[in-house]
Amino acid sequence: MPVQPKKNAMPVQDAKIRATNFREVALGYCAETAVAEAQRCLNCKNRPCVAACPVNISIPEFISRVKESDFEGAYDIISKSSSLPAVCGRVCPQETQCESECTLGIKFEPVGIGRLERFVADYHNAHFKGQPSVPLSNGHRVAVIGSGPSGLTCAGDLAKKGYKVTVFEALHRAGGVLVYGIPEFRLPKSIVEKEVEILKDYGVEVQTNVVIGKTLTIDELFEQGYEAVFVGSGAGLPRFMGISGEWLKGVYSANEFLTRNNLMKAYEKGSHTPIMHSKTVAVVGGGNVAMDAARTALRLGAEHVYIIYRRSMEEIPARREEVEHAQEEGVEFKILNNPVEILGYSNPQDVRDPKNGFVTGIKVVRCRLGEPDARGRRSPIEIEGSEYVIPVDCVIMAIGTSPNPLIKNTTEGLEVNRHGGIVVEESTGKTSKEGVYAGGDAVTGAATVILAMGAGKTAAIAIDEYITSKNV
Amino acid sequence: MYKIAKKRALNPTVTMMDICAPLVAAKGKAGQFIILRVDGDGERIPLTIAGCDRQNGTVKIIFQVVGATTMALNAKDEGDYIEDFVGPLGRPTETEGVKKVCIVGGGVGCAIALPVAQAFHELGAEVYSIIGFRSKDLVILEDEFRSCSDKLIIVTDDGSYGRKGVVTAPLRELIECGEQFDKVIAIGPVIMMKFVVQTTKPYNIPTVVSMNPIMIDGTGMCGGCRLTVGGKTKFACVDGPDFDGFEVDFDEAMARSNMYADFERHERDEACNLFRKEAE
Repeated sequence: MPVQPKKNAMPVQDAKIRATNFREVALGYCAETAVAEAQRCLNCKNRPCVAACPVNISIPEFISRVKESDFEGAYDIISKSSSLPAVCGRVCPQETQCESECTLGIKFEPVGIGRLERFVADYHNAHFKGQPSVPLSNGHRVAVIGSGPSGLTCAGDLAKKGYKVTVFEALHRAGGVLVYGIPEFRLPKSIVEKEVEILKDYGVEVQTNVVIGKTLTIDELFEQGYEAVFVGSGAGLPRFMGISGEWLKGVYSANEFLTRNNLMKAYEKGSHTPIMHSKTVAVVGGGNVAMDAARTALRLGAEHVYIIYRRSMEEIPARREEVEHAQEEGVEFKILNNPVEILGYSNPQDVRDPKNGFVTGIKVVRCRLGEPDARGRRSPIEIEGSEYVIPVDCVIMAIGTSPNPLIKNTTEGLEVNRHGGIVVEESTGKTSKEGVYAGGDAVTGAATVILAMGAGKTAAIAIDEYITSKNV
Repeated sequence: MYKIAKKRALNPTVTMMDICAPLVAAKGKAGQFIILRVDGDGERIPLTIAGCDRQNGTVKIIFQVVGATTMALNAKDEGDYIEDFVGPLGRPTETEGVKKVCIVGGGVGCAIALPVAQAFHELGAEVYSIIGFRSKDLVILEDEFRSCSDKLIIVTDDGSYGRKGVVTAPLRELIECGEQFDKVIAIGPVIMMKFVVQTTKPYNIPTVVSMNPIMIDGTGMCGGCRLTVGGKTKFACVDGPDFDGFEVDFDEAMARSNMYADFERHERDEACNLFRKEAE
């Protein structure tokens, strides 16, 4: 049978309809489509996809099981390497990882590995009713700070080795960026909850409402008997541009805008958390977070949502699929534009005018691209005199974050770099402080879910070796 | 879940509660705050710590019933539980090297000013306290202030108790009479803190203000609590809540604080109806 050249299409909600609701955009394969997609895998000898996966899932093996309709068998293979398969199947940039190296992809479209992973995880979560086999406790305790992708991965891997793991989470719900950052329509929160429940079944304890660096310090965790600590506290303080008008009402950081909606459910009718339902919204930035914020703003009822990005579509850092989804839904791209000022309403006759201090527009300057820099990236050059005003009533800054200082400031002997990121040995996640390991955005600054998971996995191996060697 | 160990009404709209939260109680210091959620679907609200009982593991909070969430909190009784309680957040008030301090509290802000006054008193500093309220029936914590202050001045807007007028009048008199304060600490409505700073600035007396902007996570993640201080963007949750009063842009802070005024009014009305129905 000749190989089907194209991936089996992912069923999605119609763009016009989905732009008005918060339900998941991609609907997932059915069993039949999954088997058909699995049959496209050549099961080649050199398996380049495995090396290109940050957590090295045995991809050809799990796909072989899908071919045989042994979906639980496929799940067992994935879960040996990944603690969050339903999450990764949805938010991993497979096109630059496993699928980019797929042998089939040389001639045709690569195998839809991400879509298959998602199908397998969803199948398991819907059908599996038993309890996972929990390994015997080895009596050693490890503390994990933060319940985002790196922390959950590290916790899961260590629990599967028999460690007693406690995860400390600052917010009231576990999941980190998976619950406060990534929107419901891209990653339903029930899926994150389910993945956390699975980890609890493995014996992982999650303590919410504990801010390490405030409620407890890392040194106190050691005093309490934890033998190692993994810091996966994530990226911290949102960045602003430092332009005038950023204090105005209607200016949000993407973190705040997304947290109000995702964690606090401000989009739901009857929610106790307020959010501005703006008519015209400008989102500054071109990453995945910017796309998430723009698409959320549309769903809250905005008539126009603009992405304001200072380079061209070529350089936009968001995943292609996210950009396409945003465009289909009606997000408008104002590329080669850089904000210079945010404008607000001011009534000099009446200081009590309730409209005072609310955003009315954003002034931008047009840019052109210069020569590529050392990293091959073309930097924007502002075109003098090309400023113009885009009338908007909300501005969302999605231009990255700086590391959170809470842990750094309260942990003696923990080295950080000049950006505030925790310094680690890359192959182990080991920090300058004995017994303390770190990974994810707390180390790298804002990156992806799967890279954070890879770091959690690396650290879990190193922590296991560290505790084992200490107890010989 | 966190148990309400004690509840007491301080005046018709201000309530005090002791919440069982041993980890917070073990660490909390004057000037720091907590964030709580009353119910599973509630909003997160910041409240400054009014005291910690390290032995019993309880944290004292004092709040004014102004909105939907504080109404829901006030509807809970001793022995009931609240959903979430996290802290201590923010930086403690700096108390070192101060020999003589003037604490200025306004309204429910006095609840936060009290532990600060107590902290200075315990360190042996001379403490002058000026506390202001709208009227006599709203006066709170008078005895507590008296026992930690070398001098206590109470003012009310309508003159129904203590001196008539605003807190800045006695503050200016004290300064003009030659009282040498190393520091003035103002805690209360933003407008009051703004005027306290206007009073102390000509005399160049270091003045600390405690800011309480809108906040979600309280750990530096959302940036909603940002203020302009000395021309720079600061986050009240991790850089504050105490700031150098001479540097804070108060007008901006006041403007930002009413961002959700319509929503809050609606929520409050809904909550009023709800609790009225329950009472019937």
